[in-house]
Amino acid sequence: MRRLSFAAVTALLALGAAPAPLVDSARLADAMPALKLSEYRFFADGRGRVPAPGLTRYTLNTPLFSDYAEKLRYVWLPPGTKATYTAKGVLDFPVGTAIVKSFAFPADFRAPAKDLRIVETRLLVRRASGWVPLSYVWNADGSDAELKRTGARIPVSFIDAAGQRRDLDYAVPNVNQCKQCHQQSGAVTPIGPTAGNLNGGLDGHGASQLLAWAQAGRLDQVPADAPRLARWDDTAAPLAARARAYLDVNCGHCHSPAGFASNSGLYLQHDEVSPAHQGIYKRPVAAGRASGTAEFSIKPGDPDGSILVSRMASIEPGVMMPQFGRTVVHEEGLALLRRYVASLPQ
Amino acid sequence: MLKTSLLLAAAALAGAADARTIAVAAGADAQERLQSALIEAQPGDVVKLAAGRFVLTGGLSLDVAGVTVAGAGPAATVLDFTGQKGEGEGLLITSNDVLIRDLGMENPKGNGLKSKGADGISFVNLRVEWTGGPKATNGAYGVYPVSSKHVLIDRVTVKGASDAGIYVGQSDQIVVRNSRAEGNVAGIEIENSYNADVHDNVATNNAGGILVFDLPDLPQQGGHSVRLFRNQVIANNHPNFAAPGNIVAGVPSGTGVMVMANRNVHVTDNDIKDNAGNAVMLVAYTQAFTDKNYNPLPRSIAVRGNRYSGNGAKPAFAGGAEIAAAVGGTLPPVMWDGITGFTVPGGSAATADGGILVNDGPLLNLNLKTHGTPASAAQPSVGAVMATVTLPEPAAVVLPAAQEARAASKLAAR
Repeated sequence: MRRLSFAAVTALLALGAAPAPLVDSARLADAMPALKLSEYRFFADGRGRVPAPGLTRYTLNTPLFSDYAEKLRYVWLPPGTKATYTAKGVLDFPVGTAIVKSFAFPADFRAPAKDLRIVETRLLVRRASGWVPLSYVWNADGSDAELKRTGARIPVSFIDAAGQRRDLDYAVPNVNQCKQCHQQSGAVTPIGPTAGNLNGGLDGHGASQLLAWAQAGRLDQVPADAPRLARWDDTAAPLAARARAYLDVNCGHCHSPAGFASNSGLYLQHDEVSPAHQGIYKRPVAAGRASGTAEFSIKPGDPDGSILVSRMASIEPGVMMPQFGRTVVHEEGLALLRRYVASLPQ
Repeated sequence: MLKTSLLLAAAALAGAADARTIAVAAGADAQERLQSALIEAQPGDVVKLAAGRFVLTGGLSLDVAGVTVAGAGPAATVLDFTGQKGEGEGLLITSNDVLIRDLGMENPKGNGLKSKGADGISFVNLRVEWTGGPKATNGAYGVYPVSSKHVLIDRVTVKGASDAGIYVGQSDQIVVRNSRAEGNVAGIEIENSYNADVHDNVATNNAGGILVFDLPDLPQQGGHSVRLFRNQVIANNHPNFAAPGNIVAGVPSGTGVMVMANRNVHVTDNDIKDNAGNAVMLVAYTQAFTDKNYNPLPRSIAVRGNRYSGNGAKPAFAGGAEIAAAVGGTLPPVMWDGITGFTVPGGSAATADGGILVNDGPLLNLNLKTHGTPASAAQPSVGAVMATVTLPEPAAVVLPAAQEARAASKLAAR
């Protein structure tokens, strides 16, 4: 099959100004994962910057923080198929779907479009048996990415938005870690593309992506009352909605009754109703030393007395939350949560 | 030598159809090679760790059912997490029917070995140790099965955990035996769990020896049917070095056995010696709570046939010295807070649905009566043996025969 794909590409190249090759749906359907990302032909330029026809770029109202990485998100649906709307949880994508997410660092965040280094591309592929996570690490010259099942640490340097140089050990998750965050009740599932998190314009502008997807025939329907998750950085939105959207996306995949941290009793979905499960005056269970001097996950009015805040502010293994997926503190997210906790009535 | 032992190991496993042995040695890139073996292993395989020090940079994880991870002994094979950069545990197990045996683990930044949601998890002949001694900066739990079923912890030693050395949370069908917890805040803790046999262990020099707790607001609560027997609970007088917000930070140094909330706990045939505070403490949950489904009381608790000496001379808890003075200078073996009633949050008053039966007299009763009454309102009284009847004991925990047989099998040629 690989040889056929290669022949097809050569044939196209021979034609000169040929249309970009399509995603190799047969290769994608093969249960044996490709060792090189290029085999799937997700990118017309082969370098992760130009998506192949059929990939739909999307953005989320509130994304997961990953060491300040820029994320390029795409979804590819098999031709002729569409996703099914669900009000809660991720949209129901058809078998054959691939969700493609690249993690990239610009050399200077004050000019984020320039000198973008793509470090890693993660796939979630929906097979008949369920979603399969795959992670590909780009080579030094950015010409292809290789399957990496055991995780890796990659040194990354950039100038941050404030003009400060940052050096960090970007962590590529191993396959068990992919599953740890992406499981609900033991089954792997995407996290980001929920109706609520897609219910906003691409890059925060224009019509809702849900409507755009429906108009393009990639989503079966959009009810008028579709939920909308707040943008964490939307200063016009209510503080609580922003903070709880942030917690939902950054913590709620584990901290849910069906997630990896179910045993904590701390559930950080934006619509959790129980104050105790939200963490308000909730004592820690198995936080161990990570509780520090604080007695409650969230102590209303007292960010410094709240374990949730101190664990977000830590980069120490065994204390920090999330436990992996970041190596530096998300200062802006932390500031938001501090303001939120401070605002809660005692 | 190594080759020979691997061959022998392979021969010993030949009985298991298609089971392979994946050998991993210490040395460069141990992190990637070991994690890779744990990912590539198939059900039935043995990941065999050679003798040596595996210098690791991050947490390891196993998500394949039926795998055995075996070292060459708790002193010979050492997983060294001193330089751990990420993840919350040394080794995380999320699959069923896993056996971890014959290895040591040092200085994990968070927990040592954790299983989550595993049915059939065995920890056998292990050592988890924070080598700098007891410190608040040590990781929390040594061995930590949670939300798991059919849990076996056998011949495990844990030293220096800043929470509990051996901690079993929200699990069911549990055996903890022949193990040693030393120099931790809590030695052995069974929390929000059902059907646990904790026997033939040694808990010494912890702040608290063996704890049986039940906490509110959790997916599994209403802990019940726990038997603590034939344990040595000796001189658990280490200062409590837990972080202040931690629930075990409230365990007074000098506590032998502590039961908080829970139903049907039997403490029998143990040697409980030289603990400066309470040899046995039976208390209601000490905090306010909002969970309507939670019962904060210890009830149907039996304490009988234990051997006590040298306990109670210097209680560390607030008011302990005064209480001791009031009752003749030394605390009796068993102290109960005497709380028999509580108010269901937003609801009505409730009383204990089972008694406290202490045949090991005399019993010190603080007579606090109602949950929420401050300890300063205690009206201590010392009674003789308070009951001569015995509660029916919880049934013995019987793990699946295959799990026991696998844990007992000898891997050839260590």
